Amino acid sequence: MPLSAIDLAKQFYDKNPGITSGHRLCPGCAAPTIVKIALMTAIANGYEPVVALATGCLEVSTTIYPYSAWNVPYIHNAFENVSATISGVETAFKAAKKRGEIPADKKLAFFAFGGDGGTYDIGLQSLSGAVERGHKFIYIVYDNEGYMNTGNQRSGSTPPGSDTTTAPVGKKMSGKLQLKKNVVEIMAAHENVYVATVALTDTFDFMKKIEKALAFDGPSFIAAHSACVRFWRVADDQAVETSKLAVETLYWPLYEVERGVYRVTKKIKDPKPVSEYIKSQGRFNALLKKPDAQEIIDELQQYVTARYERLLALEEATKDKPIRGPWSKKDVQTDEHAM
Amino acid sequence: MPLKQAITGAEAVAYAMKQINPDVVAAYPITPQTPVVEYFAKYVADGVVDTEMIPVESEHSAMSAVVGAAASGARAFTATASVGLALMHEVVFIAASLRLPIVMAVANRALSGPINIHCDHSDAMAERDSGWIQLWAENAQEAYDFTVMAYKIAEHKDVRLPVMVNFDGFIISHGVEVVETLDDELVKNFVGKQEKIYPLLDTSNPVTYGSIDMYDYYFEHKRQQIEAMKHVPRVFKEIAEEFAKISGRKYDLVDGYMLDDAEYVMVALGSTAGTIKHTINELRKEGKKVGLLKPWMFRPFSKEEYQRLLTGRKAVVVLDRSASFGAEAPLYQSVKSAIYEVASKPQMGSYVYGLGGRDITPHHIRQAFEDAFNGNLIVDEERYLGLRE
Repeated sequence: MPLSAIDLAKQFYDKNPGITSGHRLCPGCAAPTIVKIALMTAIANGYEPVVALATGCLEVSTTIYPYSAWNVPYIHNAFENVSATISGVETAFKAAKKRGEIPADKKLAFFAFGGDGGTYDIGLQSLSGAVERGHKFIYIVYDNEGYMNTGNQRSGSTPPGSDTTTAPVGKKMSGKLQLKKNVVEIMAAHENVYVATVALTDTFDFMKKIEKALAFDGPSFIAAHSACVRFWRVADDQAVETSKLAVETLYWPLYEVERGVYRVTKKIKDPKPVSEYIKSQGRFNALLKKPDAQEIIDELQQYVTARYERLLALEEATKDKPIRGPWSKKDVQTDEHAM
Repeated sequence: MPLKQAITGAEAVAYAMKQINPDVVAAYPITPQTPVVEYFAKYVADGVVDTEMIPVESEHSAMSAVVGAAASGARAFTATASVGLALMHEVVFIAASLRLPIVMAVANRALSGPINIHCDHSDAMAERDSGWIQLWAENAQEAYDFTVMAYKIAEHKDVRLPVMVNFDGFIISHGVEVVETLDDELVKNFVGKQEKIYPLLDTSNPVTYGSIDMYDYYFEHKRQQIEAMKHVPRVFKEIAEEFAKISGRKYDLVDGYMLDDAEYVMVALGSTAGTIKHTINELRKEGKKVGLLKPWMFRPFSKEEYQRLLTGRKAVVVLDRSASFGAEAPLYQSVKSAIYEVASKPQMGSYVYGLGGRDITPHHIRQAFEDAFNGNLIVDEERYLGLRE
């Protein structure tokens, strides 16, 4: 059953859903809200969350010793290995259940959170391995499109034309030259996986996807649009507005892929031009002054349109045609405690 | 009843782990450690153990997964060698600093480059300051025994540190020897049940593992690690005592061979001790008072043992199976530093041998001893055995 806002309000008006206030993330950062929505959804569905974090903003800002903003089990290991770490935690849970050390009906939800650096780049191998092995966990990337923890360096997720310190807009170059790596499709290609994109503007869509991930008998990967108000150079009350524009321009299409079956969860009939998204954020200001700005924006627009058309076509083509189904359930090593 | 089996060192390690039946094993195959993982995977496939095995995609993930598992309260095991250990490097330190009682078997192999698959100690020596306890086996029997003892040391409340069981790649890992294994029940009772400390999966008492620690706390936490290491020799001796009761085999921080009256003492780690013992037997027949001091434990390095055992000797010759580029070889460095404080200092000589699996023969060992007999040792000179110059 999808949760309603009233259900959530009743449950959480007086308690913290895993992450507490008082952490040191920037005011207006989208990341902790993403965490809250995910953990609230899990708790409201009867799961106890266990959280693993990759090194990044969220990690350093919530666990400055001797303080911790987490009132659920939490582990941070290193930057590139959050998926391998949570796979060890999840496997220990299996072992403990098998040996009767943990009650058989205990429902834990294993969450791994990483920024785009820890996901698209340095942590991709660890993530791919854990998903291929079929560990039952939910990976959530809070995608702020750069190495923001270390002060706005380029990542595989940074969009073209964005001004970062390692791909700056200079006299000759107009910032990052490449399009974002399509990590959502990389993860969908693991086939035995539930993959989805989410945005803070579409909270119920987000929660429904977390519920699907919880119920899915295998690993899940959720990409969350996560504005970095500091380095996207937007006002600290604009994270949600930025996400809204991302969705409305199709810069961030909302969709899901369940074992190869595509579903566009929010159809946009008349998308706004992607230039609106670009122009709303200071990180593109330097680009906009360059003579080739229009060219870069046009190229991004073409990509965004083509990607959306492709997603609609995939939705049509893959309807009711999972690439893996119940027949390959044995691939899921962890299905006996499907969340 | 103890059972005598003709098995390789790799099988001996896997066999000990089978008897321990750990909760989680995460490993990635690498020559010459591969048979450890293969034997164990077969135990899992046959249902001989009920361990959960994670066939990870790299050594980095192997160490990361056992960190996650051990933090969750599981008894976790991994094994590796050479560049696999090097790939784990970052997480090797994290495992120790999180005070996780992980056990890892290392089939010692040369580090790249150039790539080489054979035995030397450069892999483990690169981790000697990682905060892991390092045990060094001379043969398959010792590899088995140390594996049986490892969790008791690692999980001891005064220690809570990971243990690395080193056994020479190919020489021990692939050489078939007679190994006396203990009864399953005996091993099970000896190892006992782990007392879980702050397990991550205890959701009613949530804990935070791996906080960021700044200049205001990091130093104190490192100091605690330093202190924990100081408890290891005592705890090791206690556990070795207990192990002797069930096995008849007595271990200590160091092993001595013909040491009591020896005037010339050789110090060496691992399988080469066997060749040294053989050479000592020959030299003794010739009336030479020679002996061997073999570290069973290299980290922590118990200076007092070396001081007690080496003071007053005529000469101490240290053999290293790894180099420290631009400085003295690691075992020599440690022994020499220990001897600084003894009342009656022996002459000292450093010999590097066997890099990348180069054979070490009784002839080489005799050559080093003869330098000592002839008063031809130079304390600050590194020499090489079996090398074409």
